[in-house]
Amino acid sequence: MAELNSPDDLPAVKATHPAREMAVMFFRNYNAVFGLILLIAILLFTFVGPYIHTVDPFEMVWAPFARPGEEGFLFGTDYLGRDILSAMMAGGRVSMAIGLAAALISLIIGVTVGAFAGYYGGWIEELLMRFTEFFQVLPTLLFSMVIVALFGASLLTVTLAIGVVSWTAVARVTRSEFLRIREMEYVAAARSGSAKDGYLIFRVILPNALPPIIVQANLMVGSAILFEAALSFLGLSDPNVMSWGQVIGSNREYILDAGYAVAIPGFAIFLTVLAISLIGDGLNDALNPKLRQR
Amino acid sequence: MSAGSRNSALVVEDLKVHFGGGSSLFGPKPTVHAVDGVSFSVPAGKTFGIVGESGSGKTTTALAIMRLVHITAGRVALGDTPIGELEGEDLRAARRQFQIVFQDPYSSLDPRKRAGEIVREPLDLMQIGTRAEREAKVAELFEQVGLRPEQRVLFPHQFSGGQRQRLGLARALSTEPDLIVCDEPVSALDVAIQAQILNLMARLQRELGLTYLFISHDLGVVQHICDEIAVMYLGQIVEQADRVTLFNNPQHPYTKALLAAVPTVHGNKRDRRNRTRLKGDPPSPVNLPTGCRFASRCPIAEVRCSKVAPPLEDRGDGHKVSCLLV
Repeated sequence: MAELNSPDDLPAVKATHPAREMAVMFFRNYNAVFGLILLIAILLFTFVGPYIHTVDPFEMVWAPFARPGEEGFLFGTDYLGRDILSAMMAGGRVSMAIGLAAALISLIIGVTVGAFAGYYGGWIEELLMRFTEFFQVLPTLLFSMVIVALFGASLLTVTLAIGVVSWTAVARVTRSEFLRIREMEYVAAARSGSAKDGYLIFRVILPNALPPIIVQANLMVGSAILFEAALSFLGLSDPNVMSWGQVIGSNREYILDAGYAVAIPGFAIFLTVLAISLIGDGLNDALNPKLRQR
Repeated sequence: MSAGSRNSALVVEDLKVHFGGGSSLFGPKPTVHAVDGVSFSVPAGKTFGIVGESGSGKTTTALAIMRLVHITAGRVALGDTPIGELEGEDLRAARRQFQIVFQDPYSSLDPRKRAGEIVREPLDLMQIGTRAEREAKVAELFEQVGLRPEQRVLFPHQFSGGQRQRLGLARALSTEPDLIVCDEPVSALDVAIQAQILNLMARLQRELGLTYLFISHDLGVVQHICDEIAVMYLGQIVEQADRVTLFNNPQHPYTKALLAAVPTVHGNKRDRRNRTRLKGDPPSPVNLPTGCRFASRCPIAEVRCSKVAPPLEDRGDGHKVSCLLV
């Protein structure tokens, strides 16, 4: 009998990276694309805007409470007569930077804790997950307020405080993915190819565990921005740094006279978080092969 | 080829793999006796088959020999290497000599790595040869298993099931092992593709002098490729013989029932009526019965069967049977 071992003839050998297919899926999702466009617009506004509209956000440029559009001030002026448009641009940068940095911090802590707990199991998992639960049961806003109150309100402490209280979700997601993937045969195959623990954790399991972690991290940027706004509103933020929450917080006493000064940054936060959430949903659909078949 | 031409034969003595056990806050935890005293040896260059139903411990035996599950007791040796006793760096170095092909060609290849990278992984991890040598070796392996070297850049999802199993074989071959453990390598494939893969495996064995430990529940496949076959039931070997003897002259009632269950296209009605039918499920591997483990389902069991455990005895010419009555 002739041995049938010729490979099926493929028309062309063209490698399609899994990530590429996910990108295609993402861009077919109109909500996600809308979110992405919105986010790009916001980024352009905050990062390119200051080069076009060069007014110092801390400088008193006009009488207080100029209505939006009055005297050429697009968003009006606040209770100290400062230009709100400039404040929005400067504040957006800070808000997004804090959101991103806090998400990164919680990603690093969460992935490390979750990966080791899920991979090793046993008493290491018990210890790490009890540690995680300890942070989960603390009221997050209160705990971050305590940290900021203890160490002083600066950009760094606010970012750290948000990161430290929000990593638990990442840890749980990472652990659950590790628990699932470590039983896969390709992990056993790598082990029988004499892989060490470090290789299995970071080169085999983690790349395959990334999709839900990416989604979680993305959503965390949104919640970190909200968190920062909440802290600023309560007055627990660096008074020398403009952020959206700071604008709301400093104008909150005049909400009845100048509602726009609170509404405009509030709306900006709403748009940003909405954009990030839409992107997160799109990523979730694109990265989840089970949903992809629909 | 004579059996002793290469001295790396696999020897397994009284292998035991138990899961669970110990004690917790709420009393002792149950112990699952997945593999409970299995002994066999495979001459170099030969294929040894282990058959049995789900839960018989055949896959656990394979994983224990691969050192992928913890060995509770017993000795596993490959030639002069006591692979059952090695730990840490010694074990990692010894892994070069024994490799595994998994059952599921879909979950056994890392979806995020390119085919070439997957096959090269053991070479990279063991740092065998220079980078260029490894790459050349991978290209050679692709040809050897019937894939085109330019397919190295593809990702696993771009291959069919049969091609994926070829990749699994290429990966197992990359370190030039003596022993390849095949854990149901074709049971996830279509019948036509099964034949392709089995023929490829047979050809590689001839060319490279490989020793195979072949785990399967498909008697047809085992008959096609194995030299010697062991039948496992509830963690133990109940019958072991060379291929011809086992299929023509089965002794143990369990083996007879297994063989009778193989569907055939030219069986007559009389055969069908006389065929041994097994009822029920195997007993729990947690609470093992005393005496013969098969007694509860055995069509010919007597009272003493459930009292005395039958030893695995040689009935001449290496035909071993574990039964008091035959």
